[in-house]
Amino acid sequence: MRFEPREHVSVLAAVVAPVAGVAAALLLCSGLILWTGESVGEAYWLLLKGAFGTKFALTETLSRATPLILTGLAAAVAFRAKFWNIGAEGQLYCGALAVTWLGTGMITLHPVLMIPLLFLVGALGGGAALLVPVILKNRLKVDEVVTTLLLNFVILLLVSYLLEGPWKDPMLMGWPQAAPIIDEGVLPQLVAKTRLHLGLIVAVAAALIVWLVMTFTVWGYEIRAVGHNAAAAAFSGIKINRTIIRTALLSGGLAGMAGVTEVAGLKGYLTLDLSPGFGYAGIAVAMLAQLHPLGILASALFLSAIYVGADSMSRGVNIPTYIADVLVATSMLAVVLSVMLARFRIRFS
Amino acid sequence: MAVLEIVGVTKRFGSLLANDGITLSLAEGEILALLGENGAGKTTLMNILFGHYTADEGHINVAGETLTPGSPDAAIAAGIGMVHQHFTLADNLSVLENVILGRESLWSWRQDKARGRDHILTMARDFGLEVDPDALISELSLGERQRVEILKALYGDAQVLILDEPTAVLTPQETDSLFETLRRLVGQGRSVVIISHKLHEILSVSDRVAVLRRGAIVGTVKTHEADRDSLAELMVGRSVVRPKAEPMAPGEEVLRLDKVSLGAAKLDGIELSVRAHEIVGIAGVAGNGQADLASVISGLARPSSGRITLFGEGPVQLTPEGVVAAGVGRIPEDRNAIGVIGAMTVWENLSSEDIRRPPASRGGFLLDKPAARARAGELIEAYDVRCKGPDAETGLLSGGNIQKLILARALSREPKLILANQPVRGLDEGAIAYVHKRLLAARSRGAGILLITEDLDELLALADRVAVMYRGRLTESYAVGDVTVPELGLMMAGQKLAGARHAV
Repeated sequence: MRFEPREHVSVLAAVVAPVAGVAAALLLCSGLILWTGESVGEAYWLLLKGAFGTKFALTETLSRATPLILTGLAAAVAFRAKFWNIGAEGQLYCGALAVTWLGTGMITLHPVLMIPLLFLVGALGGGAALLVPVILKNRLKVDEVVTTLLLNFVILLLVSYLLEGPWKDPMLMGWPQAAPIIDEGVLPQLVAKTRLHLGLIVAVAAALIVWLVMTFTVWGYEIRAVGHNAAAAAFSGIKINRTIIRTALLSGGLAGMAGVTEVAGLKGYLTLDLSPGFGYAGIAVAMLAQLHPLGILASALFLSAIYVGADSMSRGVNIPTYIADVLVATSMLAVVLSVMLARFRIRFS
Repeated sequence: MAVLEIVGVTKRFGSLLANDGITLSLAEGEILALLGENGAGKTTLMNILFGHYTADEGHINVAGETLTPGSPDAAIAAGIGMVHQHFTLADNLSVLENVILGRESLWSWRQDKARGRDHILTMARDFGLEVDPDALISELSLGERQRVEILKALYGDAQVLILDEPTAVLTPQETDSLFETLRRLVGQGRSVVIISHKLHEILSVSDRVAVLRRGAIVGTVKTHEADRDSLAELMVGRSVVRPKAEPMAPGEEVLRLDKVSLGAAKLDGIELSVRAHEIVGIAGVAGNGQADLASVISGLARPSSGRITLFGEGPVQLTPEGVVAAGVGRIPEDRNAIGVIGAMTVWENLSSEDIRRPPASRGGFLLDKPAARARAGELIEAYDVRCKGPDAETGLLSGGNIQKLILARALSREPKLILANQPVRGLDEGAIAYVHKRLLAARSRGAGILLITEDLDELLALADRVAVMYRGRLTESYAVGDVTVPELGLMMAGQKLAGARHAV
C-alpha cells in the first residue's frame, strides 16, 4: 500500500475533509456512548441542544469560543513559521496580568479609548512573554517547545504570587482574586443578560486580520516561507531571526488578547482559574483548522460547542463530561487522517 | 546464458508510463550499461528489479527462476546486490557494522564480527576494494564510502551487481578504480548493470549499452560499435549539442577574493579573481570547501578573515539581499533544499529575491499578486519553465524545470556576476545544454561567472580558467588549455600541479 500525492486538491475537498473527519469521530465515539448503556441519538441530541438549543446555550458557546479563537490564531500563526509555541496558556495569563495592572484604576479613560488600550497592553504582555524563548532560540538555538511550555508554569506561579500577595483585592477578605476592572474597561455585553461580550467581535476581527496579513502581505509571505523551508528563505534574502521574532510577537499578542477577553469581558477580574487550558486547547483548534485563520472560527466554535454541550448532556443522561475530551481528541486524529486522504491517494499494489 | 532477464516490464505512476514493456537480458560476465536521461525510467526499472516497486505487467527471471515481485529480500536471496545513487550508510557505525547490518540472524545472541571481517577483507582483496573494516563511515572519503556500499551489496554473495549513477561523487581516478573493480567482478563470472548518463564512462566500461527513453528501450548496442554522438542522439531522441565557450577578451574585474578564510579550515586563504566576459571554473571533489566558498560569495556566511570585493567597489553588504542588490545572480548547489521552497507556488518562488520591491509588492508590504503573477508568466515563457502556470506548486516540477525557474530568477536581473554552483547536477542532456547556453549568453552580455562543478566535462567546455579546491584551499588558476584531465584529477586528490605533472 502506498500514498501518492494528488496533483490538485480542490477547495471543496479541503473543506469537506475536516468535516468528514469530525463526522467519523462522532461515529467512533458513539461506541463509547453505547457502552454506557445510553442512547446515542439522545446523547448527541442533548449535546447539540446544550450547545445551540437555547439563547443561553448559544451565547455560552460563543463566549467560550472567543478565547479559543484567539489562542487558536496564536498557535496557527506560530506553527506556520514552524515556531512551536506551546506557551499560549502562559501568554494568555501575561495578557491578563497586563490588563489587570492597567485596568484596575491605574488610568481612567472613556471606554472608546480604554478598551482598545486594554487590548493593546494585553497583546504587549502576551508578546513579552515570548521574548525570552525567541531570543534563546535565535541566539542559542534553545528549543522553543521546552522554553514556552515551561514558562507556562513559571507565569502561573507568578500570577499565584500576585493574587496571594500584592495584588490581592483587599475588599474580598482573603479570596485570592485581583481587584475588578474599572467600569470604563469592561467589555460591553452583546446580548443583554448573557455572558456574551464584545470580545467575540474582536476575536472574529482578529481572525480576519490575521488571514489578510498571512495572505496579502510580505510579512505573511515571509512567515510561510520560513515555515516551509528556512534555508531557502534565508538564501533568497529573508531575515529568518527577524521573521521569527515578528511571528512570536504576533502569536504571543493574540494569546495575550485572549487574557483580555476573559478578564475584561467574561469575569471582570483576574483569578488563578481564569483559563481552563484555553492556551493548550488553542493548539487543537489550530490543528483542526489546518492552521487556516478563517477555519479557526469554525474549529473554535466546534470545540466550544462540544465542551458546553457535553456539560449539558451529562446532566441529562448518565455520561460523564469527559466524553468531550474524548470527542475532541478523536476529532483531531480523524481530521488529520481525513485531510491526509484528501491530499494523497492510496494505492494498493 | 542469461543470469538476469527482464520480461515485458511495465510500470505506471498515475498517468505517467515510467516503464513501457521493457525486455532486457544480462549475460554472465557482462557489464551492461543502462543509459538514459533523468526521468527516462532507469531508476524505476532497477527499483522493480530490486523489489522496491512491483511491476504492473511483466516479470523478472534470475538464473531461470521467476523472482518474487515486490520483495527486496527475495532479490537479495536471488543474488542481486544494489548500490543506490544516494549512499545508505550509517555514519556513526564502522565499515564492518554497516556491511553486516541486516544480514545476520535476528535469533543469534552475538554478532559474528570476526567472520564478517574475514569475509570483507577477502572481498576487498579479490576486487580491489581496499577499506579498513573498523573505520567509521564518517571518517571516510566519498570514494571509500562507495567501496563500502559495493562491499555491502556483494556481501551476500551477489552474482548481479546494480549500480545507480555510481560515479556522481568520484574523482576521475576514483572512477577509474571503480571501473577496475567492476572489470574484476565480471572477470570472476559476476554480472554488472551500471546506470549512468555519462557517455564517456559508459563507453569506457561497458560491454553493451541499453538506451532508455521515456520508459521504453529505444536501442541496445554493443559498446565497441557505438560512439558518443550516436548514443547521445539515441538517448535524447534528437541531436543535442552542448554549447562550447568561444574565446572572449575578459573585461573588468567583477569579483576579487583576498586571503578569504572561514572557520577553522573550511576556507583557507582563498585568492580568486573573476572578470567580466570570463568563466572561472572551480573543480574539486564534493566536500572540499566549494559549498563554503559559494556561501561566502552568496552572502550566507561571513568570512572570518580576508576581503571580498564585488565589482571593484568598496565593501558591499555581504548578506543575501546585499549581494543580490549589488548585482550577483546565484544558482545554488541544492535546488530543492535552498533554491526553491517546494510547498510554495512558482510565482512565489520567482519573486522570492524581490519580494519587498515592485512588481511583487507595493510599499514593501502589500503583495501585488496580479503583478507578481504576470511577471512570473513572462519569466515562465522566456525561460521555458514547463508548469501549469504561475500558481503551480513548485515542488511538483521536474528538476530541470526547477533549475530553469532558478535561472529565470537569477538571470532576469541581468547580474554582473553569476555564481553557478553545480548548475547542471542531475539534469538531462536537453536541460544541460539549455543551462549552458544561458550561462554563455550571460557571459557574452558581459557577466563574469564563477562556475563550481564536479563535472569535468562541463568545466572544460565552459570555463576560461580553472582552479581546484582541496581541503579548503584553492590552487592558482590555469587557462583551460594548459591542464589535462588527469592533472586536474590529481590536483583534486590534493597534489600540487608540479607534482601532478611529474606523476602523469
